[in-house]
Amino acid sequence: MADRDTPASYAREPDGVHPPLDYREYRSTRLRHPKHPLVYLPHAITEITGPQLAGGPRSPVLDHDLTRQHAGEPIGEPITVSGRVLDTEGTPVRGTLVEIWQANAAGRYRHRNDRWPAPLDPNFSGAGRCVTDAEGRYRFRTVKPGPYPWSNHDNAWRPAHIHFSLLGRAFAQRLVTQMYFPGDPLFPYDPIFNAVPDERARERLISRFSLERSEPDRALAYEFDVHLRGPDATPLEEAT
Amino acid sequence: MITPSQTVGPFFAIGLPWDGGPHVVPPGTPGAITITGMVYDGAGEPVPDHLIETWQADPEGRFADLHGHGGPSRLEGFRGFGRCGYDAGDGSYELVTVKPGAVAGQAPHIDVSVFARGMLGRCVTRVYFADEEAANAADPVLASVPAERRETLIAKPTDAGGFRFDIRLQGPGETVFFAL
Repeated sequence: MADRDTPASYAREPDGVHPPLDYREYRSTRLRHPKHPLVYLPHAITEITGPQLAGGPRSPVLDHDLTRQHAGEPIGEPITVSGRVLDTEGTPVRGTLVEIWQANAAGRYRHRNDRWPAPLDPNFSGAGRCVTDAEGRYRFRTVKPGPYPWSNHDNAWRPAHIHFSLLGRAFAQRLVTQMYFPGDPLFPYDPIFNAVPDERARERLISRFSLERSEPDRALAYEFDVHLRGPDATPLEEAT
Repeated sequence: MITPSQTVGPFFAIGLPWDGGPHVVPPGTPGAITITGMVYDGAGEPVPDHLIETWQADPEGRFADLHGHGGPSRLEGFRGFGRCGYDAGDGSYELVTVKPGAVAGQAPHIDVSVFARGMLGRCVTRVYFADEEAANAADPVLASVPAERRETLIAKPTDAGGFRFDIRLQGPGETVFFAL
């Protein structure tokens, strides 16, 4: 078990980073949160290991370019979204699956339950997968999703966002989150974004615009690093 | 510095499920079992838009992670990971797997993550098996759970030779969830 990817246990996460499961302003949490206190689970082998879904048995198909999944180009603002997956020690999480899904440029998901009557785009499905490289880097090409209304409260709108799913290296590191775009005027009104108690943690959900990484005549670039929880104490490679 | 969790939302089905997702082992694997169950909300209503993920050892206690902890699995095509996600189902899930072996001085168990619209983070629980009575009685994690709630973690045998494991997010019979 002595290897650099497998600490003996992961650090417990500080209060204020993750949203509470019971959050009144997000109405659907009401019947979907446990009321009993959580039971403390010490980390053992099942928690410190995790799936290898890059090229493993019956793995999902990878496709990092959401603009080339159909005959034509999707409508909207072409962008790249790239960044690194790191743990709290700054160690890259290499070879891990990154999955995204999103609405199209008009704010419509290709999903039968999405009732927002904005147009579907025949050239956009809105989902992609890739695997991080040795430095923990990932990169997607897509279009900027639009904001859209939802029924949580009167005149409720979600800020534009891309859903992110990270497997990490261990069951303990699993994270599902959302990436937002800088300067969105809807931030103050969105209960899902504002459910994150700590303001600085909330800001980590907002991507950065990068002119430097933008491609002339092709795509604007946004950068979004994802920080997964890190080891608790001495890594096992230093133990014998 | 940790990135906060956000809900998986109502439309994850366009991005997360894939055909092989629910197959922790390839179809036709000798000794394969089916684990089925329902996910219920605090009103006792099925949760039709949930996502379940599982992680486990093989029957010899070996993991299919990057380093093959416990040694490389001898079970052909063993992935250890399962994902069932339905966008408009009836609240049920079905996973094809094998019973894990005992690891770390614990009874055979499967770690489970539950995601859904209306959940700002995952809920983590564990599947134990009703036919492992002696191992369950000696399991330190089960021992840490209030006795009257332990049953919520025990999957029951089905007539079809598999197991049933229902998940209640809230209310009477609320499933035990863990702080990880």
